[in-house]
Parts: sequence; structure tokens; C-alpha cells
Amino acid sequence: MTATTLPRLLLRNAETMAAQPAMREKNRGIWRTFTWAQSWDEVRDFASGLAASGFRRGDKLAVIGDNRPRLYWAQLAAQCLGGTAVPMYQDSIAAELAFVLDHAEISVVVAEDQEQVDKILSLKAKLPRLELIVYDDPRGLRHYKTGVLKSFDELQAAGREFSASHPGSVEAEIDKGDPDDLALLTYTSGTTGHPKGVMLSHTNLLSSAEAFGAAEDIRATDEMLCYLPMAWIGDSLFSMVLTLLVGFTCNCPERPDTVQRDLRELGPTIALAPPRIWENMLTQLRVRTADSTPLKRKAFELFRTLAERAETRRGTGKQPSALARLGLLLGEVLIYGPVRDQLGLRRARWVYTGGAPLGPDTFKFFRSFGINLKQVWGSTELSGLASLQPDGEADPDTVGRVVPPTEVRIAEDGEVLIRSAGVFKGYYKQPDATSDALTEDRWFRTGDSGFIDRRGHLVVVDRAKDVGKLADSTPFAPQFVENKLKFSPFIAEAVAFGDRRPFVAAIVAIDLTTVGNWAERHNLAYTSFQDLSGKPEVRRLIGAAIGEVNASLPAAARINRFLLLNKEFDADDNEITRTRKVRRRFVAEKYAAVVEAFYSGEQEVELTTEITYEDGRKAILTSTIAIEDVVKGAEPAREPAYA
Amino acid sequence: MSGDVNDPKAATGEIHLAVSGVSKHFGGVRAVEDVTLLVGCGELISIIGPNGAGKTSLLNMISGFYRPDTGSISFEGKDIIGTRPSDIAAMGIARTFQNIALFSGMTVLDNIMLGRHVRMKAGVLSSFIYWGLAQKEEVAHRARVEELIEFLELEDLRKQPSNGLAYGLRKRVELARALALDPKLLLLDEPMGGMNQEEKEDMARFILDVNQQWGTTIILIEHDMAVVMDISDRVAVLDRGRKIAEGSPGEMQRHPDVITAYLGTAKARMEAAA
Repeated sequence: MTATTLPRLLLRNAETMAAQPAMREKNRGIWRTFTWAQSWDEVRDFASGLAASGFRRGDKLAVIGDNRPRLYWAQLAAQCLGGTAVPMYQDSIAAELAFVLDHAEISVVVAEDQEQVDKILSLKAKLPRLELIVYDDPRGLRHYKTGVLKSFDELQAAGREFSASHPGSVEAEIDKGDPDDLALLTYTSGTTGHPKGVMLSHTNLLSSAEAFGAAEDIRATDEMLCYLPMAWIGDSLFSMVLTLLVGFTCNCPERPDTVQRDLRELGPTIALAPPRIWENMLTQLRVRTADSTPLKRKAFELFRTLAERAETRRGTGKQPSALARLGLLLGEVLIYGPVRDQLGLRRARWVYTGGAPLGPDTFKFFRSFGINLKQVWGSTELSGLASLQPDGEADPDTVGRVVPPTEVRIAEDGEVLIRSAGVFKGYYKQPDATSDALTEDRWFRTGDSGFIDRRGHLVVVDRAKDVGKLADSTPFAPQFVENKLKFSPFIAEAVAFGDRRPFVAAIVAIDLTTVGNWAERHNLAYTSFQDLSGKPEVRRLIGAAIGEVNASLPAAARINRFLLLNKEFDADDNEITRTRKVRRRFVAEKYAAVVEAFYSGEQEVELTTEITYEDGRKAILTSTIAIEDVVKGAEPAREPAYA
Repeated sequence: MSGDVNDPKAATGEIHLAVSGVSKHFGGVRAVEDVTLLVGCGELISIIGPNGAGKTSLLNMISGFYRPDTGSISFEGKDIIGTRPSDIAAMGIARTFQNIALFSGMTVLDNIMLGRHVRMKAGVLSSFIYWGLAQKEEVAHRARVEELIEFLELEDLRKQPSNGLAYGLRKRVELARALALDPKLLLLDEPMGGMNQEEKEDMARFILDVNQQWGTTIILIEHDMAVVMDISDRVAVLDRGRKIAEGSPGEMQRHPDVITAYLGTAKARMEAAA
């Protein structure tokens, strides 16, 4: 591994791949391309502007907004000057931002638009270290009169002036850079407690990216759509580090709501998404199938069954029969190919799911349609990725092999330990947390329990502390049950309970799109999420869906009782993290009354929930919600169909 | 709005639209009676009043749909009474309607492109073979339309037929089409009618942005008092065809005649309900 820094790689690319596309951004309906040479010019001008306004080695620059080339450039510009980039979640509420901005001692924030600027300005009084706020989109901001606010263009213009009198100063700063410098400080949302600032050096990030790039043969001609939160390490690793290393093109969507269309237009060759996105795609697909003609629906179901059977056979190492192969060929022309095209995955060669476990049924669905979906696993503290499934070894139950030269070890208590050059430098200003997370010889304690299977794949069972036991001492892995539930198109989110309890029960949040669509087709009028989730018809619908899930679960893990929540799980209410992982403990505490009611046999429960709006305002929602018993033995006669 | 916002409007004091002493009668109904209204360049003025106060009739006279019985209307110093609505549009006065008037079979993009029609100059033949000026024009107009699509955040709906859209979105498309005319004066007839609170807030922000970013003069008819008081520079109050008051939002809220004629009825109703 060559010791270098991200800015040096940018300089290299600007020379060796000057005219090749580095980034694209869809703007006013047209994809606009920035070559590596142009990207370097943008970064250099911005870095000069930062230098002119007093940004020094060791200072920290935060970015907040949707994926925009300028936010990526701003991060690189900070690193050019020996500073650190701190990406933040764009949908964070003000209190969360205040914590990060203060804890990380941010001096410059680059914000995408007025919405983000307003949030930062509202905190300004509490942040004495904050000297400069730079915005990308000037809309609505023209008439703000405050000294700390500058547009991206203004700062670059100041930068060009500065470099006229200080030629080569940015290059000189890049030369001074050390691979061990702190490149990225990224705050983990964490399923427990306050966020922690994970310190990653250039070496950390590059070694992780290099190992991954070598294992997967990703090339300069590859294309990727960057639409995942910039604060997620997965996005930083691909859209900032791996692209610099390999030279592939990062494409920024027009807006968050155009992602699906942009994906289709672009047909990227690399696709990385957390389970939530894959679940959504599948749900959308099912809604559209249900809305189409009966003939199309039948054809879809027929070929889906065929493909899934073939995929199951392949999993056991057998080839499908000749007849089945003929059917698959026909299906490829009629169904699989067009579906891949609609999803924008027709050209996708590298397709990954990571960040949380994906339900095996969802996994199998995509694979059977010819999408080479593979599991990857890692964490922020490991600079992103630590393991992946090589081609031909995809398996919903494992997270693949650790990428060489990463080492893996299972501790005596079953915890997965990882050692590599990607292991982080520590938690920012939290030496105690750091020493808890690392062993003396620098193995990182992942907090996941797992084992290595016969093939050498790592199997992560669950968050170690989440695995419990039912009253009769059957092991109980809540995530396993929840993923099964979430495979139902009607269920968006579920939290299962059962640790030291006589049976399993679940709090379920319905999927507004699909249940709403179902309600429309069954002439069921509703006004809101709360109204819809309270309908007895909807309870019966979900009850039936859970009955189907129960049929595929071992007897002890079957769900006996459930409740439909009157709101969606929301990161603003702390129920899920910004990367949409359920904060199990928090949910259990918040809904303690519900859990008690599950096991005391109540038929309904008075639920008072607090809702937090994005601007921090709070509201109280009180309602009485029925608890439903899942009818036993009422197993479905046939394959569960969406319609 | 943030306290950091500076009032952008250069107080040129120039009169953009002058309505003086106009009346309009329909048979025995005096829809508008001797109304005078001066609108400054870049101003955002709201017209409020109970149902049937003559607000829409006044708008219809400005945009040339009705011809006033008496009085005069001049836009940028030119008398516009008797000018055809299409020519008034070409002069730079655009409007939206109380009831949405979009072409339902057409996409969002095509509906907005239509707003550019009065700005297109290519002849029938060259348009038909899409050559020369017609092609160049089309590209330039599309660029402007894309700017509006971005401005009103309609990117994900470009190719959607407008009839399938939610009500609030159709209102937004209608605003986009009016803006496609590059108007100097924009007449908005209840742009927030039938919207929920969130949609109203969005629409209010768009209207303010149009006013501040492009300096477009705006006359707004709206029933939501909170919005009117929040975004207007000036408010005029009509009651049974007559203008009974005019002034800053604050003044109007305190004006005794206004309270009796308009706000008063609501207050009385509230008191009655209490």
C-alpha cells in the first residue's frame, strides 16, 4: 500500500485522467460533466478561498446537504489544507447538529441551501468557533445580511484572488500533508446513546478502499449514483475515496425525489444501498405489478416463482433443469430484463447491500432476477468495509469473506474482532470509549456476535446485546423475525419483543404507500396514517400477513400478538437512526406500556407519543390502540400474493 | 422569515400599475365601484375582502377579460383598456386562476412550455419542419422552462400528465406556466385555496421568492389572513365593490372599517361560537 493522501490522488487524477469524467450532476434536466481537471480547479479555488479566510491545518469543515459535487469538493479542499472533513446528516434536527458542530469544533460549514443555512444560523449564538457558513444554492439567501455567510462562488472568487498573490500555495499545503493526518471525522448515529466522532486518517480510508478495489476489480469506466447520505461512511468510502483511487465517475441526482428516474437514465454499474432501499424498490415493484393488468400480473408471478426456484437450486450447487433453463431464457426477455431496466440496474455489475442485515427473501428476489446482489459488512470504525461476498458466493446468511489483508478473529464470548490498516484512530475526545472499543493489540471490537462458517464466510448473528432468550430458553434473535416481517409489502418497520418473555410480540408500522393503495382498491376511505393504521380492516390485513410469516418461523419464534403503531418510526423521534436502524432499547423504553400490555393480555392500550418536527417543535399524540392476537392455524392456502 | 432578511426592494417609487376610478356593473350588480389602486414596481400587494367583494372582477379588468364601464387602467404608463388579453399578456402581465386551468392531457413540461408561446416568434412553416429559428428558439425556451422547474421544485414531475397530480401541485404548475411568460406583473387569484398548511407554506415561499429574486410585481388575492399579513408589503380591502381601506398589513389589522367589514365578521363568528 502506497502512502499517500486523498488530495494527492486528486492531483494525480487531474494529470493522468484530465479529460475523463470525475463527476456528473443533473441540473435543469441535463447531466453536466466535470472532468478530473475541472474538479481539481474547483477544489483548488475553494481551498484557496478557505486559506484566504483563515482556515488552517487541523481545522475542521462540516458539510450538510444532499449529495452535490460542491459538497464533495469542499471536503477535499479542507483536506488539501491539512484540515478534516465532517459530513453531517442532512435531515438532522437542530439539536443534533448543535452537538456535532460544537463537539467537533467546526470553524466552517458548507451548507447546500437556505433550509440548512437557516438551521445553522439558528444555532450560531451557541457556536463561538463557527466563523464561516458557505452555501451552494443561493436561492432565497440573496438578502440575508450576516457577515459569516458567503456563497460558494464568492469564496472561490476570493480564492482565485488569493492564489494570484500566493501562486502554488494549495499545492504546497498538499505536499505538507501526511497520510496519517485526520482526513474524515464522521459521527456514528449509533443505536445507543450520543453520537461518537470516528477519526479516520487518509491511510485508514485508502487502505480500506484499496483492499476493496483490489477484491472487486472496479475500474475507471464504472459509474455510480451518489444518493446515500453523505454522512454515511459507505458514501464517503465510494464517492470520495474509492473514486479517487480508481477514477470511476460519481453522479449526483437532480433531487432526492428523482433518484429512481435518475437511476434509470444513468444505468450505473455500481450500486450500493442499505436494506431499506432494496426493501423500498421491491415494494414499489409490487405496487406497480398489482396496478397492472391481470395477464401481466400472472406472467410476473409465474416467472418470479420460476426464478426463485432456480435460485434456490443454485444455492445448493445444482443447475436448473433444461426445461427450467428454457423458461428462464424466456423470462429474461419478457420479465427479468425489463424489470432490471426499470430499476436502473440493467448495467449494474457491482451491487451491494450493507449497513444492516437484509431479509433473505428480499435478497433472493433480487438475485433471482439476475441482479448480482451481494452482502458487504463493515462499520464506520473500520473505514467502511471489512468483508464482502466474492462473485458466486452470494448468500443471504453470511456477510462474506474479510477482504485481505484484513484479519478477523472471534473472541471467546463470540464477539467479532477485526484488525486492519483501516481500523480507526479513535473516537474524537473520548479516550475511554476508544480504549473500550480497541484491544491492546489494536483489534476492533465490533459489538456484533458471529462465527466463521465452513466456507470461511463470516456470519454476523445479530447485535450481540440484542440476542435474547424466550422464557423456555429458546434463543431469540429479534432482527431475524423483523426482517421476515418487513418482507411483507404492507409492513414498513417492525420491532419484535420476546427476551425473557413467554412469547414473541411485535410493534408494527404499516407502509403507507402499499396499505394506502390496498385501501383504495378495497374502497376503504382514510384520511391519514393514524386513521389508516387504526382501521380494523387494516389490522386484519396485517394479521394475515403476520400469519404467513409465522408459517415460515420456528414454532417458538412465531408472533402471537401485535400492535399497529399510529405513526411511522422516525429518526427525529430517536426511534431509528439516520441510517434507519431500529434503536431497539429506546423503542422498548418509549413503548414500555405497549410491551406490558402485550404480556398482560390487554386488548387495547392508551398510547401517548411525542412527535418531534424537523425544526425541533414537539407535539403529543394520544390515542387508544387495539392489540391484535394473531389467529393460530389459519395458514394461507397458497403463496402470499400482494393483491 | 428570518430576521436577517433585508428588504430588497429598491424604493424607486415608480408606479407600475395604476387603476383609477374603475367601475364594472353587471346588470344591476355593482361588482366594482370606483376603485383606485396604485401598485409600485416590485411591490407585493394583497387584495382581501369577503366573497363577492369584486376582487376577481378587478383582476379580470387588469388582465383584459372585462372592460371597465368607467375609469382607466394603465400599465407602465400605457393605457391598456381595450387591449386584447393576449396582447396584455405579451406586455408582461400574467395570471393564475381561482379554478385551475391546466391542459389536463398534457405533461407538466408541455403545460409550462405553453406559457412561453407568446414569446415564440418562429413561423408556422419553420416550426413545422423544426429548423433554423424554430429549433434555436425551442432550445432557449426549454432552458428557461427548466429554470422554472428547478425554481418550483417540479423536477420529478416533468413527464407526468398534469391531471394525475395532487391539487397543490397543479396549482404550482399553474404558477410555473404564468411565470413562463416572464411577467413583470403577476396576478394570483387564490393560489392557496384548498391547500393544506404545508402546501400553503411552500406556496407562500415560492411567491416571496419570485417577488424578491426577480423583482416581479405581484397582486395577490387570498383568503388566508395569516399568509396575507405575513408576506404582503401592502394590503387593499374591498367590500361590496368598493375599496374601504389600504395600507400596511399592521394598519389593516387595526383599521376599524376593515374589522367590521371583514375581520369583524370572523371575530363576531368566533365570539358567537365561543
